[in-house]
This record gives sequence, C-alpha cells and structure tokens, in this order.
Amino acid sequence: MAGEKRLSKRLRKKRLWGRVSNVYAFLVYLFIYVPIIVMVIYSFNDQKNNYYWNGFTTEWYEKLFTNSDLVGYLGISLIVAVAATIISVIIGTIGALGLVRFEFKLKSVISNSLYIPIVVPEVVLGISLLMLFEIANFPLGMTTMILSHATFCIPFVVIIMRGRIAGMDLSIEEASMDLGANRLITFFRVTLPLLIPGIMSGAFMSFTLSIDDVIISNFVAGPYATTLPVKILSMVKTGLSPEVNALTTLMVLVLLVGILINNAVQALLKKRALTNIKSYF
Amino acid sequence: MAEHIVSLKKVNKFFGDNHVIKDLNLDINEGEFLTLLGPSGCGKTTILRMVAGFEDATNGTIEVQGERVEDKEAYERDVNTVFQSYALFPHMTVFDNIAYGLTVKKVPKSEITRRVKEMLELVQLMGFEGRKPDMMSGGQKQRVAIARALINNPKVLLLDEPLGALDLQLRKQMQIELKRLQKQLHITFVYVTHDQEEAMTMSDRIAVMNGGVIEHLASPDEIYKAPKTRFVANFIGESNLFTGKLESLENGIGGVATTLGKAKLELSGFEPGEEMHICVRPEVMKYSKEPVDGFSLRGTVKNVIFVGAQYRTLVTMEDGYDVKINRVKQNKDLKEGDDIYLYWEPDDATGIKA
Amino acid sequence: MSENNAMTLAPKKSFLKRNLPVVSTAGPISIWMIIFVMLPLLYILFISFMSRDVYGNIEYTFTTDNYKEMIQPLYLKVIWKSLKLAFLTTVICLVVGYPLAYYIASKPSKLAAKLLMLVMIPYWTSSLVRLFSINQLGMPNGFLNLLLLKLGIVSEPVDFLFSDGIVIMGLLTAMLPFSVLPLYSSIEKLDKSLLEASKDLGANPAKTFIKVTIPLTMPGIVGCVLLVFIPSLGMYYVPEMLGGGKVMLIGTLIKNQFLMTKNWPFGASLAILLILITLAMMWIYTRVGKLDELEVG
Repeated sequence: MAGEKRLSKRLRKKRLWGRVSNVYAFLVYLFIYVPIIVMVIYSFNDQKNNYYWNGFTTEWYEKLFTNSDLVGYLGISLIVAVAATIISVIIGTIGALGLVRFEFKLKSVISNSLYIPIVVPEVVLGISLLMLFEIANFPLGMTTMILSHATFCIPFVVIIMRGRIAGMDLSIEEASMDLGANRLITFFRVTLPLLIPGIMSGAFMSFTLSIDDVIISNFVAGPYATTLPVKILSMVKTGLSPEVNALTTLMVLVLLVGILINNAVQALLKKRALTNIKSYF
Repeated sequence: MAEHIVSLKKVNKFFGDNHVIKDLNLDINEGEFLTLLGPSGCGKTTILRMVAGFEDATNGTIEVQGERVEDKEAYERDVNTVFQSYALFPHMTVFDNIAYGLTVKKVPKSEITRRVKEMLELVQLMGFEGRKPDMMSGGQKQRVAIARALINNPKVLLLDEPLGALDLQLRKQMQIELKRLQKQLHITFVYVTHDQEEAMTMSDRIAVMNGGVIEHLASPDEIYKAPKTRFVANFIGESNLFTGKLESLENGIGGVATTLGKAKLELSGFEPGEEMHICVRPEVMKYSKEPVDGFSLRGTVKNVIFVGAQYRTLVTMEDGYDVKINRVKQNKDLKEGDDIYLYWEPDDATGIKA
Repeated sequence: MSENNAMTLAPKKSFLKRNLPVVSTAGPISIWMIIFVMLPLLYILFISFMSRDVYGNIEYTFTTDNYKEMIQPLYLKVIWKSLKLAFLTTVICLVVGYPLAYYIASKPSKLAAKLLMLVMIPYWTSSLVRLFSINQLGMPNGFLNLLLLKLGIVSEPVDFLFSDGIVIMGLLTAMLPFSVLPLYSSIEKLDKSLLEASKDLGANPAKTFIKVTIPLTMPGIVGCVLLVFIPSLGMYYVPEMLGGGKVMLIGTLIKNQFLMTKNWPFGASLAILLILITLAMMWIYTRVGKLDELEVG
C-alpha cells in the first residue's frame, strides 16, 4: 500500500518534470521563431513604416513583382551563390581527394589553413580579401564577390568531403583501374557517382552560407554587385520597406516547400527501394 | 624468354622503414594455380598488389609474359584482380559491373551483351543482371567479382583472399567452383590465402611465405611430406619436431642424436656433424613398449582423445614436449601413464636444416 | 655485377607521371588557400606594424603605434564592451541551449531530427530581416511596448533600442542554433548507462548532472563557446541594426578603419587582436579535446 503510494508520487513528479520541459522547449522555440512571425505579419501590414499594425494588405507583394528593384538584388544574390557553390564544390571535392589520398610537402599547412575561414571572425576575412583586391588593383564587383564567397565556402566543402572520401572503400577505385579504366575515367565513372550525396550536402551548405552573407560581401561587393543582404543592410538606416518582409516571407515559403518536397521524395525512394527488395524474394 | 607468365626478380618493398618483401624471387608458370600462403603480415597481399600495379616495388623487376611492367599503370596491365571485399561498384547493376572492363575499352554494345551473358552463365548467375550489388548475398557478389575480372580475358587472375568473408559451407563450394573455372579457362590463378586447407585443396603449387620471404615453394603434397623449414612444418598441418645433431650418415640413413634421445631417418644433402630438425607427422609416428633399433625416444602417455575422425594420443617427453600421435582406430593396449618408446619408418620423417 | 644491379633497379616513372595525380587534385586548393587566405592574413600582420601618411596611404616604416593606439581609453572601452557582450551572449546561449539540446537528445531519433530541423530553419532565412523584426518589436511604438502598455506593466513606452540588452538579444537570435548543434551531438553521444551507474551509486540527479553529465559533454560545451563567442566578436551588423550608432563594438571599429576612415594599419592591428583571441580559444579547445581523449581512452 505504502509502496504503491510512493511509486505514484514518483510518477507524478516525473510527469510534472516532462510537462515543465515541454513548456521550456516551447518557449525557446517561440523565441527563435518570434522574429520570423513578426516578419510575416508585417509583410501584410498596411503601413509604410512598419511600426504599428494598420490593417491587412497585399500591396507589398504586388509592388514586389511590379516595380521593385529588390528582385534584382535577389537575382545578384542567386548568381553569386550559384557560382560560388559550383566553384567551391569543384575545388573542394577535388582538393579533398588530394588531401586524403596523397602525401605532399605542404599538406599539413593547407589542411590547417582550411580552419582559418571557419573559426576566424568573418570581419577579418572580409578586410583581408578587400586588401587583396585593392593591392591587386582588381575592381570590386561580381568577380570579387564570387571569389570571396567561394573562399569561405571551400573549407566547409573540403571538410564534408574529406570525411566521405576517407570512409570510401579504396579497393572500389582500384577495381576500376584494374579493369582498364585510367584515373580520369575512374574518377568520373566510379569516384564521383559515389560521392554525390556528400557533394549535395556540401553544395547545400555553400549555397546557404553564400546567400545569407553580409559581413564579407559588404567589403567586396562594390557598387555593381550588391546582393540582397548588402542592400538590406544599407536600407536599415532609412528603415526597411515592407517589400523586404514580403520578399523574405516568400523565400521562407520556398524553403519550407523545398524541405517538404525533399522529405516526400526521400520517403518515396525509401518505399520504392523496400518494394524492390520485396519483389526479389 | 616467356616461359614464365609472371616473374619476380630480387624484389624488395619498403613501407617507410618497414621491409615487407625481402629480395624475393618467384616464377609463375603459365596455366597453373599458384597459392601464396602465410600468416597475416607476411607480404603475400603486397606481392599480389605489386603484380596488379597498385603498389610499386622499391626495387627489383616484375615481368608479365616476359615484359617488364614497373612502368605500366594498373589499367595498362593484362592482369585482373578479385578483391577480398569484392569491391563491386555499388551504383551499378550486375550487368554494368561485369561489362565495366569492356565498356571502358569501348567494345561494341552487341558484343558486350553477348559476352556478359556468357560470363553470367559461366558463374551461374543468369537472371541477376538487373540487380544492384547490395541486394545480393556474399557468394553471389563474389561470383560477380570473378565474372567482372574474367570477362577481360586476363593472362593472370589475381585473387586476394576472395573467400575470406564467406561462411565455411559456402567457402568449400566456392573452392571447388574456382578450381573448375581455372581448369576450364586455362588461366593462371595467383591466389592469396592464410587458410592452409584452402591452399591444399586448390593449388598446383604453394608458396609458403613468412616475414617477406618465400620459405618453401612446391606442390601441396611435397610441402606436406617434406617441409623445407621449421616454419613450414609448423604452419602446414601438424608436426612433431625433434632437434639434434647428425652423427652418422650411411647408405642414405642418418643417425641423429636429438635432445630427447637417438633417432634415424632417410637423408640426403646433409653432412655429419650438422645441426638439424626432424619433422614427423602425427599419423606416421609409431610406438612400442620395447626400445626399437636406432631409436631411444621415451615418453609417458598423457591422454587419449577422440576428436571425431580419429584418436589423438599425447605423449609427454622427458623435457615436457608433447608428441602427437593420430590414429583412425585406437590401440586397445594404450592407456594413460604407460611408458612407451617412439619411433618411425626412416622414410616417413623429414630432415630440416637448422 | 654492377651491370646486373643496374638492371634490377626499377625504372622510375617520369616525374610528371608520378606527380600528376597529386598536383591535379591538391594543386588548385593549395593555390586558392595560399592566395585568398594565407597571403592576405600575412599582409594584415605586415601592415599592422606599418605607419601611414596624412592622406591615409601606407608608409612602409616599422612602428608599433597601431598596437599602442588600442590602449587609448576610447578603444579599450570598445574592446572591453565587445568581450563583455560576446561573453554574456555565450553564457546565455549555453544556459538556454543546453537544456534544449538535452530535451531534443532525450527524444526518439526521428522526432529529434525534426526538432533539430526546427532549430535550423530560421537560420536559413535572412538574418538581417530577423534582426529588423527585433528592431521593430523594440520600437517605442512597436509590439512589445503595445503589449506592456496593454498589460499595464509600464505606463509609457520604453525605448528598448540602442541598449546593450537588445544587442545581446540580436546576437542570441543569430547564434542560438549554433550553440544547440554541438551541444546536441555531445549529449547524444553520452553513454546513458553512465548516468544510470551514477544514480545507482547513490548520486541524486543534480549531483549526477554536475559530476557526470557536464564533464562528459565538455567537448560540446567548448565547441559551443567556440562557435558563439568568436563570431559574436566580429558581427558588426548586429549592433549597427539594433544599437543605432550608440553601441560601438570591435567589429564595427575594424570595418570603419577600412570603409570610412581608411586607417588600414590600425584596422589590421585590431584584426590581429581578434585572430589572437581566436587562437587562444582554439588552444583551449584542443586542450579540452585532449583531456577528453585521455579520460575516455
């Protein structure tokens, strides 16, 4: 009797603890999401300066598509992000192969230098790149933006790819060479296809890093390669127009739809793989 | 010049300071099944990888069909490899895996289809061409790996412990099948294993390796009956070893003073006064209650164990060494604690240089 | 004999053939890292010891003035404030993030993956817009004041902006996801049987947490410090958006030397200071990493 009572007390304590932790988690998530919720609400606010609620409107969305230069800045952001992603995936993947598979004199220096852009505050990388371009007399613009973005994306790609390559069975590539394929054919027919999942996550990482970058871009963008974040930063002093809220809301929407589609495709592939296996037995 | 299909001359290989292959010479005959047998780390896989072109010899020459190959990349050599881990391309179907060698050589499609079909028939995997490797059993994967190598008509097939990952039953079945393939196709097989029974069953010749050198290269029969070194005697099958000095040598019969007493055996190539070992297999070891002429090896029966196919008797010698005697039937008169004298027919024992 | 020796020596592949694979793979990345990372950083170190003329051009004469300039009360205050705000942000991230990471790690793996995803999604939206939302919330006529007035907590609007508090808020919004990830991965790796063993040996939950859980998740804690503290020092746009011009931090100071006052040598010396702080944190990190290895191994 006494034992039963004690047990139920323990259970009650456990349940209370569970409820408290749920509430706690909810509050933290709320804190994380409040800025986004506010952003979405203001995108429908019928007031130019966005200070208080003045009624519902879709005016800003219409403006965004009819006469706004914001879409143009987003376009520049996308071009820079795509180009930087392609460069960093190519150089990062091939470089990771070299760093994993071969020994050479500068190997440890290069390996360690990869961590510099990751750990050193971005402002330092920003000024160092700015100085590099100024000294080389290289005009700031799309090229300097793409080169700079690739510079902070490459290390992430290398680190992701290094893990994947080190985990790969070396004898698979040896088998390809053994069967008469030279190194180049082996790379394109065997190594590359097997590295696709890693390359995808490296590309995703690069793209998200590039598209949101303000600190470094602000130094190297110059007047003709203003990306959306750089533009937004320059607008802050005069106050952001609700069109920015509308544009960002749409971008979040695209992201969410992308994640959902990705999940659905993954689930479908898994299901198909399962039925495939079943059909063999 | 090309009497040997593969020929290694004075090959050395260092990994850093580690000397893994030491001045090794090896000639492999055309069409034979040669096994490199030895404990792990003896250098057998390194030899295979040097012939395949995955490792460079530090010095020495390697010839395939009388042609030096050190300057050729793996993809330029007429040898193919079957890997221990199968190393199938996981992103390709069985058909594409087998066709790979022909595809990279740009062989016409119709011919590829025809030859892949032939190969599938040869390894008895018809109907599997659409599958991916991860949906196959270990034995099936190994057949694909073999077909993938054989489709290129290699001069030599190198097999690196290809059955290592299979269970015992499947191993035995695959051993027979590999031997059948080799006989049918007349291709030289160079096979690496640490399993002596596997080597015995399949090989025409076995090279027993230890510490980067070949200790004995001969037919399985000869290696078992007349091991050249102590290591070979111990590594291949069971053996009883006696150490001593050759005292006399008359009419091909040597009298040896071993540390445990006198013994004799058929000998050639030894000089009186030489230190030597005598290797006697458990199944030819004999015993008697009375001393036998020329022998004085006394011991006490420790125990008699039934091990399924045979009875095993252990006889403890004066210095504590246990001599093994194997018999299909147990002699009724032998029991624990009996004092007996050991001997053997002079032609049943082998002399090993110390 | 000597002829025989020469014959048995393996012919060496041509230099190009031997080195082509290394050069073609490791070459591009090596060149990239040298040109875009190492040389510029060396140049920063170099000009941090150079002086400049009245027009802001660099004069190549050695001086330590740029480092001496940092000791001026004005700049010391900026450096001190930057360290203070970064430190507070890091502590709050740990205190808020650790329980959340623990909460996520205690859930089944599928749910945990979704919860982690929820932490990361906001990070994929423009951090500037999120900061601006906070800015809008904190305005005298923004949501927060509206709420406080309605609830009767305050009688007239409070100006939240331009204070250290809202800058820390902003840094938290930007940094919280990065603190949860390393904490989660080290808590997730934690061997649950160790906690049970501790309970079994009579330690109460609080003691178990301090004596077992915290030391075992130290790598995650230090990783979190590394990922939050260092970037917080350089994020110049957060104080700019939320603190108006009033909260000056080291990141803005460095930026201004390059984009406004054109005093490269002084900016470079401040950058070197940030690099030194980073190196010190890295050194601590590797020490803790090693410590951890010793204890586990």
